[in-house]
Amino acid sequence: MSMKPVTLTLNGTAKAGFATDGQNLLDFLRRGLGDLSPKYGCGQGTCGACTVLVDGEPHLACLMLAEAAEGRRIETTAGLAGATLHPLQEAFMDRFAAQCGYCTPGMLMAAKALLDRSPRPTREEVIEAISGNLCRCTGYEPIIAAILDVAEGRASA
Amino acid sequence: MAVTVETHPTLTEAAQAMARGDAVYLGGGTGVMRLINAGVIRGRVLRVTDPGLREISLSGETVRLGAGVTMAAVAGHRDLAILHPVAGTIGGPAIRVMATVGGNLFAPHPYGDFATALLALGARAVMAGGGGTRPVEEVLRDRAGGRAGLVAAVEFARPRDARTFGWHKVSRVKPKGVSVLAIAAVLPREGGRIRGARVAFGAMGPAPARAAAVERVLEGQSLDAATIARAAEVAAEGFDPPTDALASAWYRREVAGVHLRRLLEEMA
Repeated sequence: MSMKPVTLTLNGTAKAGFATDGQNLLDFLRRGLGDLSPKYGCGQGTCGACTVLVDGEPHLACLMLAEAAEGRRIETTAGLAGATLHPLQEAFMDRFAAQCGYCTPGMLMAAKALLDRSPRPTREEVIEAISGNLCRCTGYEPIIAAILDVAEGRASA
Repeated sequence: MAVTVETHPTLTEAAQAMARGDAVYLGGGTGVMRLINAGVIRGRVLRVTDPGLREISLSGETVRLGAGVTMAAVAGHRDLAILHPVAGTIGGPAIRVMATVGGNLFAPHPYGDFATALLALGARAVMAGGGGTRPVEEVLRDRAGGRAGLVAAVEFARPRDARTFGWHKVSRVKPKGVSVLAIAAVLPREGGRIRGARVAFGAMGPAPARAAAVERVLEGQSLDAATIARAAEVAAEGFDPPTDALASAWYRREVAGVHLRRLLEEMA
């Protein structure tokens, strides 16, 4: 099996690795670069657990070839927190927006993409932004509330 | 056998490589990558890096969408307002930045909302490598046998009056959901009478298809209650819809007329 060199920026740091032919970005991030924050849910583009930002736009890492990420800027949940948690992470805790937590990294990245583009979204815009992300535990209300908290400046930064 | 990905700078070169033996074309990836992930697709996979495939151009009333134009690009383009409700309800945001116009022409049932709209708009597919143009209808018919060829772009005339285009998608999950069925209609009026009706159903068969019986009923008529009722009666005529996890064939046939009536009432 041929290997293809891939260089990209992961959460602000230049990274390089070898992708196997046909390997998706999710598998490359997890196994190739050791970032376990994007989750493998369905592998079909249905659940959104693998959502990462590619050049600022939400993408499903399981549906993207690793080699197509060459030279791109990738952001994952592992890069959200600095010295303190990201406001979205704080708000998710305050609102109990995670139960099993499997959808949470995808939800956080979908929400970050929205707030980066539109810092004061409406509730409808929040719902639309996470419409590709499935949660089977807490329901969507606490998640929507957490995102709106950050948008409205209620969450601690 | 593992997957071998070939990257080509242009679609013409990819078409030549395609002719050298069995291969699958990878567009936005939303359809093909899931099959690669599942181990269903093996062998040669071709992709093209030409940014020209993502071009949207308007010349007069003719719209040309490159095969690599994404649903997000369509939904965000101010001159493509009639297609915003179509592109904007295909998947969530992360699907829309990847899913392409060209890929939608080959998306298996129940997918293909955008192809349904293109069918109603009378779009033509520009084939790769100077292969001329073909009606989208033919591409949708030939795709099953793998005889459709590579599509470089689609072209269609934007309706002069946006109100002559109608779109109705039925899904169980809001705001994002796969189509139980979808209906696109272009109903130009001359002196109050419909001239050149084009109505297409998505998710009512193996590929999006025109509702010939409905078009016959509408042609030359005014869009009044009696005409709408007659069109609704024949909505499922000629269709043999599949049964899947979203709906049974019986259900799709039963509700096709109900949803067609709702769309036509909106357009009246």
